This record gives sequence, structure tokens and C-alpha cells, in this order.
Amino acid sequence: MFKSHVLPEYLATIDTDKCIRCKRCIHNCGWGVYSWSGERVLIDTQKCVKCLRCYHYCPVEAIEIEDSKTRYKDNSSWTYKNIRNIKKQAETGGMPLSGMGCDLPLPILFDNMLLDACQVTNPSIDPLREPMELRTYLGKKPDKLEVERTKDGKLKLKEGFKMTPQIKLDAPFMFSPMSFGSISLNAQKVLAMAAKECGIVMNTGEGSLHEDLLPYTDHVMVQVASGRFGVNPDYLNAGVACEIKIGQGAKPGIGGHLPGEKIPLQVAKTRMIPVGSDALSPAPQHDIYSIEDLRQLIYALKEATEYKKPISVKIATVHNVAAIASGIVRAGADIVYLDGFRGGTGAAPNVIRDHMGIPIEHAIAAVDERLRQEGIRNEASVVAAGGIRSAGDAAKAIALGADAVAIGTAALMTMGCTVCGKCYTGNCSWGITTQRPELTARLDPEIFGERLANLIRSWKHELMEVLGALGVNSIESLRGSRERIRGIGLDTETLDMLGIKAAGT
Amino acid sequence: MYNIDAKGMHFKELNEQVRAAVKDGEDEITLQNVNGQYYIGVGIREKPTITIEGVPGNDLAAFMDGPTLRVKSNAQDNIANTMNSGKVIIEGHAGDVLGYGMRGGKLHIKGNVGYRVGIHMKGYKKQIPTIVAGGTAGDFFGEYMAGGVLILLGLEGTDVKTNPIAGDYLGTGMHGGKIFVRGEIDPTRIGAEVGILDLDENDHKLLKKCLEDFCADFDLSVDDIMKEPFKKLEPITDRPYGNLYAY
Repeated sequence: MFKSHVLPEYLATIDTDKCIRCKRCIHNCGWGVYSWSGERVLIDTQKCVKCLRCYHYCPVEAIEIEDSKTRYKDNSSWTYKNIRNIKKQAETGGMPLSGMGCDLPLPILFDNMLLDACQVTNPSIDPLREPMELRTYLGKKPDKLEVERTKDGKLKLKEGFKMTPQIKLDAPFMFSPMSFGSISLNAQKVLAMAAKECGIVMNTGEGSLHEDLLPYTDHVMVQVASGRFGVNPDYLNAGVACEIKIGQGAKPGIGGHLPGEKIPLQVAKTRMIPVGSDALSPAPQHDIYSIEDLRQLIYALKEATEYKKPISVKIATVHNVAAIASGIVRAGADIVYLDGFRGGTGAAPNVIRDHMGIPIEHAIAAVDERLRQEGIRNEASVVAAGGIRSAGDAAKAIALGADAVAIGTAALMTMGCTVCGKCYTGNCSWGITTQRPELTARLDPEIFGERLANLIRSWKHELMEVLGALGVNSIESLRGSRERIRGIGLDTETLDMLGIKAAGT
Repeated sequence: MYNIDAKGMHFKELNEQVRAAVKDGEDEITLQNVNGQYYIGVGIREKPTITIEGVPGNDLAAFMDGPTLRVKSNAQDNIANTMNSGKVIIEGHAGDVLGYGMRGGKLHIKGNVGYRVGIHMKGYKKQIPTIVAGGTAGDFFGEYMAGGVLILLGLEGTDVKTNPIAGDYLGTGMHGGKIFVRGEIDPTRIGAEVGILDLDENDHKLLKKCLEDFCADFDLSVDDIMKEPFKKLEPITDRPYGNLYAY
């Protein structure tokens, strides 16, 4: 055995004067950092991931988790991360893996965009005392509505006019797909309860629909991905819509490996694979090698659901995203779900996560513009995800042209997640991305469902304030209204691409 | 007995009529003059027997959960896609990507099958999807297989060099389930994750049971088929990619 040359990332310390030997840190840490010597708590700092569970649960604030002070000599090219990865790769021969989205300091265009507000020439609206509409419907919209008057003179849809199926959202938010397996059942329950409470939807991801989620199916979207885990006719018809997953923003072009550590009996059963094996989601869906093939699967799902559910197609945003989205819409999708390259994941090889795809801001602008130019924008709704951090980001995404936004990482944060990025190990001390029963039991769906609902309530208020300040009383009036955004510190090419003006013009 | 004439009919209308007939309680339905219509049998959860005269189109029996389909001719691609239960009998040859992600039920093909057949099949306890092909298979037979049973018979005769029973990458990425092959397997053409083994007693029982069912569908003799020796392919490990990543 040789000693690893990989520097520890973090330094966990306990102030022994403050420590009361309650051993809560030992109990709370899913990583095995702490152990008991018989007299005091011992620390194996190499195992620490800085998830801060121990810090929060130490009753006497004796714990500090710092970034390890010992770093390689400063070098702007050979950074700590680069050197550390090379040493890890040399020692294991494996690919460095990460959980969560890309953390590199690449430009975030939401931070270079500013929204308009009303002053003097048009009145702003007070959302606390005046009606403000956030209701959003996702799905194909007909080219025109046919209406007729009833006897008492009211308008109603013409007899025989059939509206295409829609998902009804009380606000333009959704929870992004996270499967049972990648996250715990309790974490899925948190999402389902909050979705129901807030009148929005969660998405099962590719890991079937656990029976515990059946009471929430009016707020559930089911997913069909390349591993086809948990897919049967009951599943397809259970939720409000079906989604075909082609790609994920954090790992465009590759499939999934849910590691064997996260496949205990319950997960193996729902996925119908051996316990402890890796759940493999192939890189492509092997029945889809072309837009025509995608159309074939879209209509297979429509047939299986008797045309009662909207079909969504989720793709990672890549260079040619506008043309791809156009193909998806023409293939019959009712919703195009765009997942930007900063989107989260349970596990992605760093080389893919950090180097592939394009940001969601560019993708929304490109897709919305292309669908408008082709006259097919009404044929499908556009959902934007992958790096939505706040109601401000959501407002900008919608103004750029999205119909709704989906959040994953932000939702997990309400459950305790600190974005430590070690989801793939199955040791999540917060009970979110683990299947270890002693860890999942600590995530109480009732308590955290309420916290997540609070986040959505707060974002709703924020969004209404934004709309009020813009002088509009409906989210529909902001949708695709790029005139209300200005760019700051952006070059002409980027401004043109985004279809926005520079601040001051 | 209920007949539907599918001549010139769009798949949507045909499948609406089939679903309506099934809902009316028809348990024997014949579709005449079928000519490439997609999605026949898709998502049906009852247990009718549907006989198909003519060549059905892609995604036959996709997401199907109960019916028995008998195709009196050749069939195309994506048959039994993510099928949950029921049976599909093809009296001729069939195309590519058959039984993708299949979760249960049976797919019996008398003739040859194309590429990527039986990929990512699953299985749990008593729910064991089974595909039996009487002829030969193309490349990637049983890729990513996680459960279930795949059987290749090569009944028209095969030769390991000039007319192999399966193409390249046989069982690549396999991490569960069993593949039985009648005759010789070229060890240079199998996936890195599988080994070629002899059948044990339980395998023989399982194989015989599957073949009895297959033979009953096509009026063939189990004993004649089982005169030739079989080999079994099984994963060497249930975690072929356990060392792929540096944690």
C-alpha cells in the first residue's frame, strides 16, 4: 500500500474545550470522518467532503470545516483542481467524477442581464393588492380557437373543438427530473408534496414511480429514458405528462451509470436489475437514431396514453440546439425541455460536465427565435432548466422566451444540500442522494416538503413583484418579451444572439 | 371472432378500432390487409388474441401488457419495445431492436432477427422476459442485458465462420440474465463482460420450458432442437464498470 498523494480538500477540526463528547458528529457523518477513541472524537479529514451536516448538528458549535490550508504552489495554469485530478487518475486509472453542475467560473449571462421597470410614463402595478396571474399551461397550443356564443351571450369553445392536452401549473415552475435511486424516496416525497401544495409538478426521472407517490400523481410527470427503468402502461398513464429524456445538461451525449452503491433491494426491484449492479442508461435511446425515430417514440407514447397526455422531450443544450428543437417540435413533441450545461446531476465524468454543451440563456434565445421564425412556436411549450438560481433568473429566462423553468439543485438545497458534489457515492449525510436507510430516515418529507413549498411561495411573490414593477399583470405578458431586458458588459455578437439591446439604448 | 380490414387505414384509426373492440370485450380479433401500420397492440392491458395478416409496422406491441399477437408474415423493427407482459409470435423474420428494455412476456420469432435484439432486457423474480429466435441474429445481441432470457436457435443451419449464429459484440455490457445459443459461439465476437459456459441442470429445465412453448407456437419438435448442444452466456460480473471512475 502506498500513501495517496492526493491532498485532502478539507480540514475538519473539533475544539476539544467546547466538545461535550455527545458523539452526534459521529452519528451524523455519512462519510466516516469521525470515530470514537474511548475518550475523544478522532478525525479522518481525508474523508471529509464539507457537506456541513456535522457542523449544523453539533450542539456546542465545536466543529469547523475549513478548506485545507496546504495547497500546491500557486500556478494559474496548473491549478489545485488540475493537479489533484491528475494524481487521482494516476492512482486509480479511473475518470474523475462529480455530482452537481459545472462549477467552473464560466460567464453566467443571467448576471449580465437587467430587467426594465416602469417610471412615470407607464404605471407599475402593486401585486399585493391587484390581481397578478402566474398560471401557466404547458403543451401544444392550437393555431386558432373556435368559439361560439351561448344563449345568454357568453363565449364558449365551439361544440366539437378539441383542445390539445395541457399541464396546468399555478406558477411557471417545475421540479426537474430526479429518479428514485439517484435520490432517496423521502427526497422524492418532498418534491411531490411541495408540488401538490404549490400546484406545480415534479418529475420522476428514470427510475419508476414508487407506490408512495401515487397520491400525488396529479402533480407528477413520468419519464422514459434510455434504460427504460420502471416503464409500463400504468406508469405512462399515471401522471400529467410523459417525458422522453434524450439528454441531460450536465452530461450531454452520454448515458447514466447509477452506481451499485445506490442499488439496494428496493431500487433493484423498481428498476428490475440485480441488487448492487450499476444501473446503466445507454448513451442513446437505441430506438432513436433520427428525428423520424423520435417521432416514432413520441407517437408510441401518445398511442399508449390515448393522446390524453402531453409528451415532453428533454435535451441537453448543445451547439446546434435551435435546429434540434425545431426537429423535436416537428416530430410531434408538445413540450421541449432544454437543460443547460450548468444543470445538475447525480454523477457525471468531469471531462463531460465541464467541457460540453452551452448555457441555458443562449439556448432559450436561440430556440425561441428559431421556432418563431419557422412559425411553429405555438406547437410546443419551452421549459428552461440548468442553472436557475433565483426568481430573477426565472424572470429573465421567461422574458427570453421560456414558458416555464425547472429547478433541481435549488430544490435539493431546501432539504439540506450544500452542493458538496458527492452525490455519486451514496453517502449523502442529508439523506438526499443516498439509499442508506439510516441516512434517508433523517429527511422528514413533511418538514422539508413545507420548506420547499416555502421556496416556491417566495419565488411566486418575487415573480409577482417583478411583473408589477414591469407594469404587467400576467406572466404571459413577460413571456418572450426581450424588449424588457438589457445587456450589461456584453459584446455586440452576444447581444444580437440573445436578441436584446445594451443597457442605455 | 372480430375482423378489421386495415386496408389503407392510418395507424391512429386502426389502433382506435382495435382498442374499441378490446374494450367491447372481443377476445379474438383478426386484422386483415395490414400494411406497415405502426403501434399495433401498443399499451393494451387486456388479454385478447390478435391475429395480424400482412406486415405490421414498427413498434408492434410496444408497452403492451397482456395480449397475444400472432403475425402471419415477417415483421419490422422495435417489436415488443418495453413490453410488460403478453406474447408476440412472428411466423417470419423480424427486424432490429426487438424487445428493447423488455420487462416481461414472450417474443417468439420463427426466422432471423436483426441488430441489437434484446438489449437492456430486465427481470425480477417471476417476471422474466423471454425472446426466442429460430434463426440467426445481427450484432449487439443482448447488449446491456440486465435480466430475462434470450435464446438463439439457428435452425436453418449456421457456420461459425461463414454464417455465424450471432454477429459481433454478443452480450456486450451484459450484467444480468441468460443467453442460450444452439451450436458454436466464436469467442472473439462476444462482449468483454460475458463468459461462455456449459448449461447446468437448472439451465436445461429453463431452456426446455422456453422451447416447449416456442415449439408449440410453430409446430416444431423440442427433442429435435435439443439434440444439438447449447452454450450459455452469462455476465462475468454484475458490475462491469465498477472501476471506471476515480472517486
